[in-house]
Amino acid sequence: MAKSSAEVPRVYGGPAGWISVAIPAAIFVWMLQYVGPVSAGNTVLLALDWVPSMDIRLSVLIDGLSLTFALLISGIGALVTLYSTKYLGTHPEYPRFVLFLMMFMVGMLGLVLSDNLIALFVFWEITTISSYLLIGFSSDEAKSRRSALQALLVTGTGGLALLAGMILLGNVAGSFELSVILQQGDMIRAHPLYVPIVILFLAGAFTKSAQFPFHFWLPNAMAAPTPVSAYLHSATMVKAGVYLMARVNPALGDSELWFWTLVIAGGFTTVFASILAVRQTDIKQVLAYTTLMALGALTLFIGTGSPDAIKGMMAFLVVHSLYKAALFLMIGIVDHETGTREADRLRGLGRKMPLTFLGGALAAISMAGIPPFVGFIGKEFLYKAGLGHEQATIWITGTIFAASVLMFVAAGIAVLRPFTGKLADADTPQTPHEGPWAMWIGPIILGVFSLGFGLFPDTVEAWLVAPGTWAVYGDYDYTVDLYLFREVNAAFLLSLATFATGALLYTVHRPMRAWLGRVMEANPIKFDPGWDRVLDGLKALAAWQTGILQSGVLQRYIFTIFATLAIGVGATMYLKDVLNFRVDWAGEFDGLLFKHWAVLVFITAGAILTAITQSRMTAIAALGVVGIGVALIFIMFSAPDVAITQLLVETLVVVLVAVAMLKLPHLGLAKDRKRRPLHAALAGVVGVLVTLVMVAVLQGDIDRRITDYFEVASWPEAYGRNIVNVILVDFRAIDTFGEIAVVVIAALSAYALLRGTRYGNTDDEIEEGRK
Amino acid sequence: MNNSIILVAATRLLTSLLLLFSIFMLLRGHNLPGGGFIGGLIGATGFVLYAIAQGAEATRRTLRYEPQNIAMVGLGIALAAGVFAAFFGEAFFTGQWWFAGADPADPDDKGLPISSVLVFDIGVYLVVFGSILTLVLALEEEV
Repeated sequence: MAKSSAEVPRVYGGPAGWISVAIPAAIFVWMLQYVGPVSAGNTVLLALDWVPSMDIRLSVLIDGLSLTFALLISGIGALVTLYSTKYLGTHPEYPRFVLFLMMFMVGMLGLVLSDNLIALFVFWEITTISSYLLIGFSSDEAKSRRSALQALLVTGTGGLALLAGMILLGNVAGSFELSVILQQGDMIRAHPLYVPIVILFLAGAFTKSAQFPFHFWLPNAMAAPTPVSAYLHSATMVKAGVYLMARVNPALGDSELWFWTLVIAGGFTTVFASILAVRQTDIKQVLAYTTLMALGALTLFIGTGSPDAIKGMMAFLVVHSLYKAALFLMIGIVDHETGTREADRLRGLGRKMPLTFLGGALAAISMAGIPPFVGFIGKEFLYKAGLGHEQATIWITGTIFAASVLMFVAAGIAVLRPFTGKLADADTPQTPHEGPWAMWIGPIILGVFSLGFGLFPDTVEAWLVAPGTWAVYGDYDYTVDLYLFREVNAAFLLSLATFATGALLYTVHRPMRAWLGRVMEANPIKFDPGWDRVLDGLKALAAWQTGILQSGVLQRYIFTIFATLAIGVGATMYLKDVLNFRVDWAGEFDGLLFKHWAVLVFITAGAILTAITQSRMTAIAALGVVGIGVALIFIMFSAPDVAITQLLVETLVVVLVAVAMLKLPHLGLAKDRKRRPLHAALAGVVGVLVTLVMVAVLQGDIDRRITDYFEVASWPEAYGRNIVNVILVDFRAIDTFGEIAVVVIAALSAYALLRGTRYGNTDDEIEEGRK
Repeated sequence: MNNSIILVAATRLLTSLLLLFSIFMLLRGHNLPGGGFIGGLIGATGFVLYAIAQGAEATRRTLRYEPQNIAMVGLGIALAAGVFAAFFGEAFFTGQWWFAGADPADPDDKGLPISSVLVFDIGVYLVVFGSILTLVLALEEEV
């Protein structure tokens, strides 16, 4: 036994682990009830109004496509969380990990089940954010932080483009409900905004699903813990882009633009990624690049768009999720129990870790596309779709052939080589031994499904592939037929050629890897360093414009703010001609009593003192006097709530400002003598303008409709007699909620600013500060 | 901080009085001037006074909970009060009322009204209270 399992590990999670397994498992079981209706060709629509005034609804659309995804997300989710109880259960941050993972799962399920585009977008962003948190889970490593930020920025930028595309599409179709939009394909394709909509949607989908040229973030995302790689960056999240393209295919697909963009980008990603896959020595990276290949192939076949292609796409989607999650989990066990993932150092593990080997082998045979596994069926139907296509036969078939051959090689690198041959003990940091059951059960279950679906293709066809194909193709009359073997045809012969070429290349894969490495080194275009340069450029741009705009001198900021105010208000008043009224100045002062005059004098004296004093404390106190005078006016005109609030805020402001300014030097008026006339002029202009605005406002009749409504409704509807408070907490409570959220955010930001300066601004400075 | 004995002695009394007064203002707010916002301001004023007299550290000890946590709990309470209505199939933030001991025959007898609106107002109170103290204490410690 190795040292790590001989000690009793401390478990930090408590019940978090089992709860995290139970939730996805329960969702999986619950979703199973829809398999029957959906495989009969029905779609299920459920809806709950969310923001009805903006046509945003929390509506659920369950058809073949969304159900397939939901089952994969919850089913693989349960296995991954079970796996994590052992993989990370002793990690001090394990509960946080579970929280992020659950957050992701909710986002992902919402994404695939949403019928409303805006709701879909919200869930889409939840997956982006939780992916950021999970990639950066080892936040003390600079590499993790960089990878997390890169993934966030790439997918987040795409997400913004997607939102724009969704709004355009919603306006064109007249609805944000997918179930409505998908019926209007012909109208949308003929619309002048069709091209921008497609470009914006594809920007979102390509970044999320890491299609070339946005592919570089995905291999870096493997900095995340292995269960995360298995779940997010292989089986589910990266397929969100694929899901989106498949989802909107009935509305946006079937055009030259759609076809060529998807076929070329998808095909290129497929070949490019499979070449990079066999170049890697870290097995997790091999799997990362083969995932990229799979995403490329899925994109390629959505673009191809023929019923055969969609069928092949749906089959391959299921096939890939099953085997790839299993392989990631397998390499996680190997890493966990031996301490390394380097292909060259791992040999002969099969005898020490037989159950892990079994799970890995089942998955790898499926990945290599060997019958009778379901991987063979997936590959066969991709070949058939490629050969059957009229426009781009050579490109599609050739792409899939090259990718399948390299997949075969990659399967060998990932499983055959590490688990067979002679055990080389000294080469691994830890003595290899079998992992706990919670870890190897996942790969085995997934592997058994890979075999089972291959032996009984009718089941996977009826449950998932056929309903999915109908949904993506938009035609429920098409007959989907999956089978393992029927006749010797071109596709079957291509499969045989694949095996032969794959086996040949596997025998020479080590020299080939070295050769590929040299070729890649010679290639001048590198995306990852290029990303750094773009980011550096952006930072330089920000620094440059900050240097221009942010002088750091408070007086200049205030000057700019008030000058903008004066110009804005002045121009508006001039253009709108609001000063076109006569004021009976003498009449205005008629009704004033002594107390009113007293307060006026009080306020004026305070204002003058504020402006002329040389002492900060005096200025603050004098400003307080002005505020209290204003509060008195509120009291005189029967607005006690406003008066109390004004009084309290005024008091607190004086305290806050006094504390903040205590340490500042004397007001340096003498230094700034040259600018004083300018400042005085601006102050005078703003003062006059504000006065004019207030006089102008008082000229019109006040619309009392809203006030009257609240006065009447306050008691019978909200059981309160203080309408100010009733409006705040009842009639307009959601506004108040927004406001108090802003208050909290402002307080926390100010707190962070005040505290943050202790440590400094950059990573290095903070590191220094901690020491 | 300055060590004015009068201030130190007076704040002991004033802080508790202001706190009591703030709760009074919070509770009466639905029918008379007051409410969660004003109540929170008054409560915060009490502790600001305490901080001036006794220092920030002593204030943190007296508060027992970090003020930023108080604010966040308040936000959570306000949200919960809003979501509460959804359990009765009504739109978010629809007030839910229970008139304890009211005579159903008499439409004007509301008994002791207890409502999600009051819970919401308590959330507002805690947000305002916590946010102001977060700022004031951080500022005092920084200077």
